[in-house]
Amino acid sequence: MTVLLIALGAAVGAPLRYLTDRAVQSRHASAFPWGTLTVNVIGSLLLGGLVGWPADPAVTALLGTGFCGALTTYSTFSYETVRLARGGHRLLALANVAGSVAAGLAAASAGYALARALTG
Amino acid sequence: MSEQPPDPRTDADVDLRVDADRGELTTRPATILLAIAAGGVLGALARAGLQHAAPHPPTGFPWATFTINTSGCLLIGVLMAVLGHLGGGHPLARPFLGVGVLGGFTTFSAYAVDIQQALVAGAPGTALAYLAATLLGALAAVGLGDAVTAALLRRRVAR
Repeated sequence: MTVLLIALGAAVGAPLRYLTDRAVQSRHASAFPWGTLTVNVIGSLLLGGLVGWPADPAVTALLGTGFCGALTTYSTFSYETVRLARGGHRLLALANVAGSVAAGLAAASAGYALARALTG
Repeated sequence: MSEQPPDPRTDADVDLRVDADRGELTTRPATILLAIAAGGVLGALARAGLQHAAPHPPTGFPWATFTINTSGCLLIGVLMAVLGHLGGGHPLARPFLGVGVLGGFTTFSAYAVDIQQALVAGAPGTALAYLAATLLGALAAVGLGDAVTAALLRRRVAR
């Protein structure tokens, strides 16, 4: 059952990362990878909320491990950073690292704090 | 390689400055999205299996996720070097293997939340070590995967 829930969450999360990335890029033509940053921050916010919420293990499997795990990506984030640095955009590479880590952590903390506040 | 125009790609998932990426969703939307979903399921299940096999306490170092993210980064370096060498490769290779399998396998949300949870649990040293080790390990892994693969492919072409 858990395996099916993880699979279902991932089957939605991975294509949604691709579609969000496309949508963000089509609105902001820039060398900076705003699309990947967007999905990584949203996924961190949601997972932070799930960890702070007294969630059912089934919900955690579906939305946490499956959906948030597949919506967010470390491989694309790292690949982009290396490509930016090698392409002469060292400042953008540094900004991607600092921005992704800071925004991801802030989002995880905000999601966690919000869930804790709502559930008392 | 030097005769080819420089590859404009930054984003491994999808980069609208790459002609093939820009057109792929119009030509075959269902196939592309299904390939990504199928790859994402495989990657996520592999990640869940490893995390289940090696759980960590809130104050402990998340070794499973660390291994997942760094190995996934090594593999995206290898994959993108191979696909670059092939001039893009099969139209479903990047969507299935890169966006799906490796994107579904690696995770930024668990990385961020595990750091945050280590901080909440009163283990700032673990949080900082995990933050830095994953980051440096992942970037080095992409570089290594790309460099070794590119060198091997060059030797193959030279023979």
